[in-house]
This record gives sequence, C-alpha cells and structure tokens, in this order.
Amino acid sequence: MAKTETIIKETEETTEKIIEINNLSKSFADLDVLKNLSLNLYKGENLVVLGKSGSGKSVLIKCIVSLLQPDQGTIHVLGKNVVNLNRKELAAMREKIGFLFQSGALYDSMTIKQNLEFPLQRIKKNLTKKEMNEKIEEVLENVGLTDTLHKMPSELSGGMRKRASLARTIIVDPLIMLYDEPTTGLDPVTSDGISELINEVQEKYKTSSIIITHDIECARATADRIIMLQDGEVYMEGDIDDFENSTDEMITSFFKQQVHQGQKKIKKNG
Amino acid sequence: MVKIRVPVKKIIPKLPDLSKHVIKLSEKTLKETQKANAFFLEAGNFFLFLFSATREAFSRQFEFKEFLRQCYQIGNKTLPLISVTGLIMGLVLTIQSRPVLADFGAVSMLPGMVALSIIREMGPVITALICAGKIGSGMGAELGSMKVTEQIDAMEVSATNPMRFLVVTRVLAATLMIPILVLYADALGIMGSWAGANIKGSVSFTLFISQAFRVVDFMDFLPAVIKTFFFGATIGLIGTYKGYTAGKGTESVGRAANSAVVMASLLVIIIDLIAVQVTDMLL
Repeated sequence: MAKTETIIKETEETTEKIIEINNLSKSFADLDVLKNLSLNLYKGENLVVLGKSGSGKSVLIKCIVSLLQPDQGTIHVLGKNVVNLNRKELAAMREKIGFLFQSGALYDSMTIKQNLEFPLQRIKKNLTKKEMNEKIEEVLENVGLTDTLHKMPSELSGGMRKRASLARTIIVDPLIMLYDEPTTGLDPVTSDGISELINEVQEKYKTSSIIITHDIECARATADRIIMLQDGEVYMEGDIDDFENSTDEMITSFFKQQVHQGQKKIKKNG
Repeated sequence: MVKIRVPVKKIIPKLPDLSKHVIKLSEKTLKETQKANAFFLEAGNFFLFLFSATREAFSRQFEFKEFLRQCYQIGNKTLPLISVTGLIMGLVLTIQSRPVLADFGAVSMLPGMVALSIIREMGPVITALICAGKIGSGMGAELGSMKVTEQIDAMEVSATNPMRFLVVTRVLAATLMIPILVLYADALGIMGSWAGANIKGSVSFTLFISQAFRVVDFMDFLPAVIKTFFFGATIGLIGTYKGYTAGKGTESVGRAANSAVVMASLLVIIIDLIAVQVTDMLL
C-alpha cells in the first residue's frame, strides 16, 4: 500500500506543471520571433531548449520572467499567469525564479561577496549577518569558488564568472532555474564543469530548469527532455536518443554541425 | 453671308516638369517628419522615465545606503576638479577685471564685483557644466554598460527595482551634491580672487571679504542656490536616462555617455537663462 502511494506521489510530481506556456507569440517590428509556441516544464525536470541563433530561445525565457511582454498567449508559472501580474505580484514571483544570464551579468562595481549579498538582502530579509555569511560560503563552496569572496568580477575568468553568477542565482533557493546559454564562450572542459554544476543544482536544490543552449554536449549532459525550436515554433520534442536517432535532415545537420564545431574547439584548445 | 473660318491654333502652355521637385520635396518632408517623430518619441520616452523615477522616489523602500554611496561618489570624484576650477575662476576674473577698474579708479569695487559674479553666475554655471561632463558622462557610461551586459535585467529578475536602486539614488544624490559643490566652488573662487588681488597689491583677507560681502546680499545668494538644485536634478536625470535607455552593443555605451554630456550641458545653460529671467521678474 505504502509503495503504491509512493509511486502515485512520484508520478504526480513528475506530471505537475511548473511552467505552462500556451500559444505564445512575440514579434519585434516585422519579425515574428515566437509563433504560437506551447510548452510545459514539469516538476524536477531539466528541459533543454535547443535551436539555432535567432530561433527565439532567449526571447522565450525573457517572456517567462516578464523581461519581455508577449504579444499573445499565456505563461503560467506555479499556477499564476505572469502576463496579468501587477508589479508587486511579479516581484514575488521573480523571487522564486533564478535566471542565469548568458554574460553572467555580475555587478561590475561590487565584489563577489557583495554580488551574493545583493539578492540575499532583498529576498531573504530575515537572515542575520552571520547566517548570510554562512549562506554565501555554502553556495561558493557548492560552485567551487571559495577563494574569490573579495575579488571583483573583472578579476575572474569566464568560467569562474559563470560559476559566481550561478552562485548568486541559487543563493535565494529558487524553485525554477532558467539558464540562458550557460556554456557559450567557454572551453569544452569548463563547459562540462558547468553542465555538471547544473545537474548538481537540480539534485541539491530540487529545482525545475529550462536550459537554453545550442551546445549539444551541454544538452546531452543535462537534459531530461529536449525541445528544438525552429523559426519560433517547436520543431521536435523528445529525449536525447530521439534526437540522435532522428533521420530528419534539419536535426541531423544541426547535430553534425555541433559535433564538428566541438571537435574543432578541442583541436584548437589542444 | 460668308462665314470665314479662322483656323484656331490651340496653344498649350508648356508647363515645367515639376515631378522631380515634388519627389525631392516629398523626400525632404518625409525625412523631416521622421526627425520630428524621433524627437517626439524621445521626449515621450523621457517623460515616461521621469514619471517612473518620480513614482519610485516616493516609494517606501528607499535605497538609503546606495544613495549615500552615490553622494560620496559624486562628491569624491569631482572635488579635486571643482577645487582647481573654482580657484582659477576667481583668480582669472580678478586679474582680468583689475586693469579696467583701475582705469576708473574703482579698484576698491573689485572684491564685490568678483564675489557677485561668482555667486550669481560663474560659480553655479561653471560647476554645473563640469559636473555635467564628469557626473553625467559617468552615469551614462555606467548605466549604459550595465544595460549592455544585462546587469539591469539581472537586477530586475532578482526582485529589485532598478529604477529605484540605480536611477532614483543617483538623481537625488546629484540634486543634493551639486548645490554643495557649487557653494564650495564659490568659496574657493573668492579665495582665488583674494590671491589675485594680492598679486599687484596688498589686501588682508578680512578686508577683502568684508568689501566683497558689502555688495552681496542674501537675495543674490538665494536664487543662485535654488537654480543649482535644478542643475543637479537635470544632470542626474539626463545621465541616468541616457544610460538606462542605451541600445545594444558597446558602441551605444559611448553614445550614451556622449549624449548625456551634450544634453545636460545644453539644459544647464537653458535652465540658467530661465532662472535669470524669473529672478529678474521677481526681484
């Protein structure tokens, strides 16, 4: 009986929709970036959104956090339609979402410690100074950056900056993580490290994530499910095996191109 | 009756072909309309920005720590520049005016004349122009680069209002600090003037100051101080607006900084003109 209950609970968890997007459209001037796009993110999963540059991947996650307003459609995050939220409700919603920007977006004028304190002071207001310091140390340890506490972002390498940015994102214990091109501009070894970190974050913080990328290796390492975008529409959905075994010309060419680029990168980096 | 048919030659006047001119004119009109549209669009955006900043300024969650940091930044960054400029301003004004006043035998009027021109006009305007260059460009470049590197977006998604944290604090800090810097520049200008008076003569500091303030009264002082608050608010608003609305790419950061300086300097001069007119009407 107990076993059945556990199975039912697990099934419910995996089918619980954290983000539900219906008929989302967004255009800039005459350019239709997203066209009637619908997708769901289920609890505890890592959903990878693949696609070429300009296919609307980044616009999609910016619409989820309301950095961009969609022209049409609904985006339900944790049951609430973000399109209709007022400023206060939106701020409360954003507290539950972690967003890792492509460039890292660390605040240049602050040290790493101040960067981490910034969201903590605003979202976790009840913490004491000691608890804050402990939390900062904990997340920096989780991303392997314990000795960078008093460094400025400009003193860090690209990979370290991404890690520090990830630390700033997870420090407020978000329920949902949105990663915008987490491995772009990094060498293959650092990229693998970031992919591992994404899995660790999911495991440790029990987050549900959308990972925007065009890096096949990152998708392979992190994805529970993959959606491929093409011209603002869902082109294909499945797991990594479905994509790798696909005979579709567009999918095979995308994968081949990516593998080729990866090999070139490895050769270049020795 | 014989009807004589007179052949009538139809004369069709040859009209000049105006189509080319019409096309040229319509192209020009279109260009001018687009320019006007861009101007009104920019003005509309600025007023929306101003409205948003004003609304956030009255919010209960005021970022006091950041406001103090900005006050320190503005004061600390511009203090050496203002000190040198203020001192030289008084010195030069004295050296230039002395021979003319000497011709009329009115050298004793020198402290009063210099103090009056520094307090009423030179001090506020020159300090504001220097601040427009130093602070305006700094704000434009800083916020512009924050915009380009998605730091403003990052702030927004971490449930912090960037308008409140970045814009309101900077505008209020500039509004408060520029009048203080102007007073400081005025004081140094008068000191410079005393030094200038001592190059070709000998006058004690106490005598110089008492002669200077025999001419200057409170109503010379008050309008000059009031207008510096407007200068400060303008420099802060233009600097933050240009940075906050910078486009994509590093090129737009430079453009934001540059246009912040140009626009703020121009507005300082215009506000000065309006302030002088209003003061003249009221007093």
